[in-house]
Amino acid sequence: MKFIKYLLVGVLFGVVLTKSEAVSWYRIYEMFHFQSFHMFGIIMTAVVVGVIGIQIFKRGKIKNIHGEPITIADKDKGFTNYFVGGLLFGLGWGLIGTCPGPIFILIGAGFWGVGVILLGSLVGTYLYGLLRNKLPH
Amino acid sequence: MFNIYGTWPWYISGFLIGTVMLLLIFFGKNFGMSSNLRTMCSIMGAGKTAEFFRFDWKAQRWNLTVVFGAMIGGWLAVTFLTDPTKADTVVLNPQTITELHQLNIDEPNGKLLPDALTSAEALKDTKILAILLIGGVLVGFGTRYAGGCTSGHAISGLSNLQLPSLIAVIGFFIGGLIMSWLLLPLIF
Repeated sequence: MKFIKYLLVGVLFGVVLTKSEAVSWYRIYEMFHFQSFHMFGIIMTAVVVGVIGIQIFKRGKIKNIHGEPITIADKDKGFTNYFVGGLLFGLGWGLIGTCPGPIFILIGAGFWGVGVILLGSLVGTYLYGLLRNKLPH
Repeated sequence: MFNIYGTWPWYISGFLIGTVMLLLIFFGKNFGMSSNLRTMCSIMGAGKTAEFFRFDWKAQRWNLTVVFGAMIGGWLAVTFLTDPTKADTVVLNPQTITELHQLNIDEPNGKLLPDALTSAEALKDTKILAILLIGGVLVGFGTRYAGGCTSGHAISGLSNLQLPSLIAVIGFFIGGLIMSWLLLPLIF
């Protein structure tokens, strides 16, 4: 039963991403061509809500569901992996218009063709795992 | 007026996405969708050939549950919350439509994805299959190399004021701009 809350959060995420059309290839194209504020507005609003929420969490007044203080690990320092990895991800995002969340959401919504993208993304993840020690980080 | 059947406005959508992330932090977890791709590789036995996939994937079952929920959410949204008689969806900038015509990509008319990419007919085309597959590989490889995707870096990382996430997000946009402006016209 403890998994119900994760399921419900996932449902909310899937509904919002679909109804905001953030899962739409068209919206991603429009974003990269600066022809609509929509996607930028979504990301900026989510980040503003996130910054405020995390600052409140960090003040320590709100404990997590287990009654523990909330801590969030900092990302490891680095540049190459973040920049080059980000660049490759961006090339894919601009081409097929789907980041990992929407890949799953779209399959759930009945776009079976996106299964090909999922297959590709699993192959890509596996290739990274194979090459990891040879790549600059 | 907010019409639940139409395109949800950015401020409502962004607020709810921020809330999803905060809820997961409140549950003692974190918001990151691409980790699930690594978990799935592990489940399928990738650990036999790469050390990166040798970890306790069962500890990630909560995140697989989130993804499963997201799939249900996608289905609910297109089945019960989309109705062309009550509201239009995917209404684009007219300039975008003109550019799509030049790329021979069909305009949305309410669809989330172009038929040119994911219709049954398109999927018979080797070139389209290659585009979907290569795009998927770039997303899967890039996101793991960068240690996160839009949810892990752009939303979670920036919300926690992480410089590495800002570097990754700048990379996302440079990559996306190169693809969208320079490469897409050559591909389509």
